[in-house]
Amino acid sequence: MTLGGIDIVMLIASMMVAATPILLAATGEMVAEKSGVLNLGVEGMMIMGAIGGFAAAVATGSPVIGFLAAAVAGAVMALLFAFLTLRLLSNQVATGLALTLFGLGLSALLGQGMQGIKPPATMKLPFGPLTDLPVLGPIVFGHDWVVYLSLALVMAVRWFLRHARGGLILRAVGENPEAAHALGYPVVRVRMMALAFGGALAGLGGAYLSLVRVPQWTEGMTAGAGWIALAIVVFASWKAERVLLGAYLFGGITVLQLRLQAAGVAIPVQILSAAPYLITILVLVVMSARGGRAALAAPAALGRPFHATR
Amino acid sequence: MTDLLRIEGISKSYPGVKANDDVSFTIGAGRIHALLGENGAGKSTLVKMIYGLVRPDNGRMEMRGAPYQPSEPRAARGMGVAMVFQHFSLFNALSVAENVALGMDNPPAMRDLARRIREVSEGYGLPLDPTRIVGDLSAGERQRIEILRCLLQDPKLLIMDEPTSVLTPQEVMILFGTLRQLAAEGTSILYISHKLEEIRSLCGDATILRHGKVVGSCNPRATSARAMAELMVGATLRAPARGASTPGKAALEVSDLTLPATHPFGTTLRGINMTVRQGEVFGIGGVAGNGQDELLLALSGEVRSAAGAVRVLGKPVGDRDVNSRRRAGLVTAPEERLGHAAVPEMSLTENALLSGAVRKGLARRGFIDWNAAQGWAAEIIAAFDVRTRGTATPAGALSGGNLQKFVIGREILQKPAVIIVNQPTWGVDAAAAAFIRQALLDLAAEGAAVVVISQDIDEILEIADSFAALNEGRLSPPRPVAGLTLDQIGLMLGGAHGTQPAEPDALHSAHLASEQEDPHVPT
Repeated sequence: MTLGGIDIVMLIASMMVAATPILLAATGEMVAEKSGVLNLGVEGMMIMGAIGGFAAAVATGSPVIGFLAAAVAGAVMALLFAFLTLRLLSNQVATGLALTLFGLGLSALLGQGMQGIKPPATMKLPFGPLTDLPVLGPIVFGHDWVVYLSLALVMAVRWFLRHARGGLILRAVGENPEAAHALGYPVVRVRMMALAFGGALAGLGGAYLSLVRVPQWTEGMTAGAGWIALAIVVFASWKAERVLLGAYLFGGITVLQLRLQAAGVAIPVQILSAAPYLITILVLVVMSARGGRAALAAPAALGRPFHATR
Repeated sequence: MTDLLRIEGISKSYPGVKANDDVSFTIGAGRIHALLGENGAGKSTLVKMIYGLVRPDNGRMEMRGAPYQPSEPRAARGMGVAMVFQHFSLFNALSVAENVALGMDNPPAMRDLARRIREVSEGYGLPLDPTRIVGDLSAGERQRIEILRCLLQDPKLLIMDEPTSVLTPQEVMILFGTLRQLAAEGTSILYISHKLEEIRSLCGDATILRHGKVVGSCNPRATSARAMAELMVGATLRAPARGASTPGKAALEVSDLTLPATHPFGTTLRGINMTVRQGEVFGIGGVAGNGQDELLLALSGEVRSAAGAVRVLGKPVGDRDVNSRRRAGLVTAPEERLGHAAVPEMSLTENALLSGAVRKGLARRGFIDWNAAQGWAAEIIAAFDVRTRGTATPAGALSGGNLQKFVIGREILQKPAVIIVNQPTWGVDAAAAAFIRQALLDLAAEGAAVVVISQDIDEILEIADSFAALNEGRLSPPRPVAGLTLDQIGLMLGGAHGTQPAEPDALHSAHLASEQEDPHVPT
């Protein structure tokens, strides 16, 4: 099945791979923001996950340990942010920006001498003969385990926020921390856990870049993926299913424009390269602009510091 | 009568202030007990100690004869104490059922909870749909959620902190029916308020606090409101005097003012018409969230409309900004003192300048005349008896009543042709409130048009010449205040918020039903 020299099945399959880092990071950031904390350090946490995961995987030869290390690296970065903003009540925006700069610099330092090394390959799930099915094979059964994990995480987060008591408390803390405190809920602890979860997912997303998608270590290799994840969370109105849609849309257009460039379509390369950013934002803006009710999804206390004595 | 809660010699100090000083009283089982006092008399501190939010320095409490020392609200709830807060602790973006679940220690599954909410709410004449989003509900319905949260825990003592300040008279009657039913079932209620007539109709006992001390207790049914007020204030009170004034020509004309809501929980203003004459005090009543804030923003110029929608002394200003309207003679004092009427971090001089620069000529060619600004701030402080160290004090350091006197004084001393105030005495003690009301009446007597937006019906009845009700963004035609009854006002404020109980029988209050029937009321 080809269209204008582009294989549609392969396009969809590679779209899922291209979208996975952003999907992971955006899902984690959504949970953190639902608790009322704006962490602009996604890019920094992703790149720390990328270098941490890469180093651990190369050292041990196991991609699984690599991904675990990446999640820990991202979570540690997030807890640093949590300590500064929740305990020391520093400004969330400034601290988030600093976290990104810190992550970019530290990862470059740690990555000295890692350039050019090839990481161990991440295992594809053994679906046996199913993988050879036409169309369905490459799209549904042809991926590594992280792709399935990312989809499962999106579904789990969606269920947790909607139906679990913990999710209700998380949303309550993001909506009105003073009231949640008055009712006896530990606002700071809930926010710390949400931030740590967000950091772990950003770390996983970063490791997916350095271990699967590229796969090698390059300085600054996240190249703005963290910022796109942040934008997707906002324009997806803090809804898990829309985050999935936004991430796959971005991944799809990224892959498509690469194929179009390769096919020599007469559109300037600059426009093609900018297309994923423009189209993703445009589509999500249109979706979130529909009806004033969309604004409701935004956690009312997002970015507002909370201190129990006030 | 058996005692439920006995309080003996409770004291609590904060740096610089003794909030409670040797407070003792007893609440009987199944009694409705009033706790009376001015703002700052120590009522809130006292109930916070009963609810476990604050620990007393000295003294002891006994619940049914056993020592009672809750260390946190959860422990108090475990002992059967429940509290409805003055400022609602609700989550706007969540549903009714989710809000109730958050207030319970062991909530059942959502579907069972929704069923119980329906059952209990209808059993007490407080119908509520568990699936609705709280942000869409009226203040009365929101309060029902708080009460339901408590009722589902089967409380022995229910504490209510100023529950009626945001309700229409009809909603108050429904609430009282529920409270009487609860008391008849054996629940004790500690009812905090400074509305004396309500207390006289509802409560069987009263304890009065002043400056943290118990200054008296009485049977409110047998004591006059005046006597209780004087116990509360510790002085004799004087009602504002209104000079006879003849309305002049139209100073403020609003015609067909329609504005869409600016945020998801905002109110759309729909075809508002009103004319306020010189020397007239025009009262606008309504329950919070029916468009008061939006109307003030549209009149002040913070939100603009069509040019002809707002006219000051015949001049169209609807499309002008705030300063152009000030120049034309229209000034405003919004409800929120800190952050809207005044900048908390800035000094009184700076705050005086921000609003008064145009009419008082405090800035010339872009340069500020600081001497004149400071002199004017001092003038406000002197004329309006603002208790403060000086003009350099930040606005945020003033008490609510003092800052409100400053903010209202700042606008009045600009000698405006039209002044619009929203909730001029909200959270202000009785003496300061009387002062502000008198100042507004004096300004009207000098020929200014005064618009008072207020949720305090008594306030409007006291100072306004005409009354109009704001309901879901619509303004009713005005009626003269003279001869208007409380019931008629209640109906003007609108039963549109589902104030009718689901089953009138559940109220157990036939006399209320008869009060609500009034054949002369427009609907």
